[in-house]
Amino acid sequence: MILKVITAILVNALVFLLSTNAYSKTIIVSKNGSIKSLKTGIALASPHDTVLVKQGYYKEFNIAIDKPLTLKGELFPTIDGEDQGEIITIVSDSVTVDGLFIINVGTSYTTDFAAIRVVKSKHFLIQNVVLEKLFFGIYLEKSSHGRVYHNKIIGDAVEEFNSGNGIQLWYCNNIVVEHNIVQHVRDGIYLEFSDSIQILKNTSTNNVRYGLHFMFSNDDTYRDNVFENNGAGVAVMFSKRIIMHRNIFRKNWGTAAFGILLKEINDSEIYENTFEDNTVGITIEGSNRVNYRNNNFKRNGWAVKVRGACYENHFISNNFLYNSFDISYNSNLNDNKFDGNYWSSYSGYDLNKNGVGDVPYRPVKLFSYIVNRTPETIILLRSLFMDIIDFAEKVSPVFTPDDLVDTNPQMKPIKND
Amino acid sequence: MLKILKYSFYDLIRSRWSYVYFLFYLLMGFVLLFLNNDLSKAVITLMNIIIVLVPLIGTIFGIMYYYNSKEFTELLLAQPIKRSSIFMGQYLGVALSLSMSLVIGLGIPFFVYGINTSVAIWDFGLLLVSGSMLTLIFTSLAFVIALKNENKIKGFGYAILLWLFMAVIYDGLFLMSLMFFEDYPLDKFSLIATLLNPVDLSRVLILLKLDISALLGYTGAVFQQFFGTRLGFFLSLFMLTVWFIVPTFIMQRIAMKKDF
Repeated sequence: MILKVITAILVNALVFLLSTNAYSKTIIVSKNGSIKSLKTGIALASPHDTVLVKQGYYKEFNIAIDKPLTLKGELFPTIDGEDQGEIITIVSDSVTVDGLFIINVGTSYTTDFAAIRVVKSKHFLIQNVVLEKLFFGIYLEKSSHGRVYHNKIIGDAVEEFNSGNGIQLWYCNNIVVEHNIVQHVRDGIYLEFSDSIQILKNTSTNNVRYGLHFMFSNDDTYRDNVFENNGAGVAVMFSKRIIMHRNIFRKNWGTAAFGILLKEINDSEIYENTFEDNTVGITIEGSNRVNYRNNNFKRNGWAVKVRGACYENHFISNNFLYNSFDISYNSNLNDNKFDGNYWSSYSGYDLNKNGVGDVPYRPVKLFSYIVNRTPETIILLRSLFMDIIDFAEKVSPVFTPDDLVDTNPQMKPIKND
Repeated sequence: MLKILKYSFYDLIRSRWSYVYFLFYLLMGFVLLFLNNDLSKAVITLMNIIIVLVPLIGTIFGIMYYYNSKEFTELLLAQPIKRSSIFMGQYLGVALSLSMSLVIGLGIPFFVYGINTSVAIWDFGLLLVSGSMLTLIFTSLAFVIALKNENKIKGFGYAILLWLFMAVIYDGLFLMSLMFFEDYPLDKFSLIATLLNPVDLSRVLILLKLDISALLGYTGAVFQQFFGTRLGFFLSLFMLTVWFIVPTFIMQRIAMKKDF
């Protein structure tokens, strides 16, 4: 009896598999074949078919994918939108776009044309796509459970007002953005109202505005990304429970640039990141209960700039190496904790050889305090007078916050990897 | 005048102190570049040293030379030579030999480490130019002080005070006035205050050329806008020139009237 049931199930399963196989066919789009355009190919396909695009040059735009399909390119066929408008719009669940080379997305001041737009869909996969000369790159709108993997987006943005973002997520959740390269667009990766997103191993460089920009996006993870030489660095605002791990923020150098700007970011973890050669490593404004652990701050103008309303932030076991200013603080009130960090400008001693300096370190220099009060005084940077009063303040602190000390400064840099 | 210049110049470059000064820069240049191969970083460190040390050495050297060669000067005065030539010759002799120690002393190590193929060459050039300018300025001021004061101790005291004022106290007053008037727009004020002090002016000129200028933020942008233009650059060079033309002129006038 049991045997019979099992056999029946197996047979049924086999029949089902065969039937789906029989259904799922591959439609070939080719310049030399019978189907010459992607639109025709998609129109002819039934759900769960594969549309295979052969190598060639296809001048098409407004391609709508309204059924579960796999759109696959062979040897990177070029799809040229001729600056007419949007190129691919996905409005169905379970769509895969793979291996296309898309260029010339239309620029508009009223509509956000994208190379690939996903609207209200689930379980999509966009991979191995190369985008050039674009307005918006990959635009995900009210979608979820998708993956954007191994794409290359190279824009030619010059001004903020007439350029779009590389990868944009708007009201999305549970999406993985992994291994993408984004360059020369307005914002490399942009998230708004998007929760539970994983941003992994992306490289976002040379963008006009921000390498990464997000607002109102909670419970997101950013790991192993590189943000380099972006117009203003990375800006993250109004979000909770963010994890930033092993990212590199580098060479965001300019009068208004920073490695990362945290504004109203609460209950987050920022650890094992590297901030290198930025004008300001981290600017913090109105952020509470954020833990900064094991980060490296190297050769920044300011390593950390604390603006108003930041409470219960903990800076533990970070390396502050050769920054012009370690910490800048604009109030006398301190509710943040600095403990067990390594400061390259620490000049104390360690008599009992336990690796912890015996004299507490005060990371706020008098000059940085004065500059905060009267920004024009920065013009006295590197003058002898400033060095003298900094030294005087170091010996006997009067102006800088009393409780802003690291009582356990490390004698040797902390190994963070 | 040229003869006296030549004499003072040769006298000085044969003297021990010139060698010490030259060797100091040579050694410092090599050590700096040995420790840190980055030429533009080395320029920043050097700037810190130059804007403090060059005025100090210029003042001390100028005043020392005047007092030491006083007897020789009196001998020269007895000869049928124009007074202005005597003092100008001596002044230029001191200032040029000091500038030469600076330029060659720093030039050699940077040249060896390949400054001539690096992008930092203009920054380095500006550093040397402002260093030489500072030498000219502070030597001339030292000569004025020395001519005014027969008393050596007094002369030295005033000279040191002058250096202290320019290098430290001026910035202190500057800072205090900035903080006191912080409710007012201060860009123009800080620009003018910087232009008026040769030490600050050279510091800002060099800072603006370096990467570190990004730290100056908004204020830096205002300064960049001014000094970045040709007008601003020439105006600052003009200010530096005024700073040694005027004391030289005063020096001449005092020398004319002075009873030796």
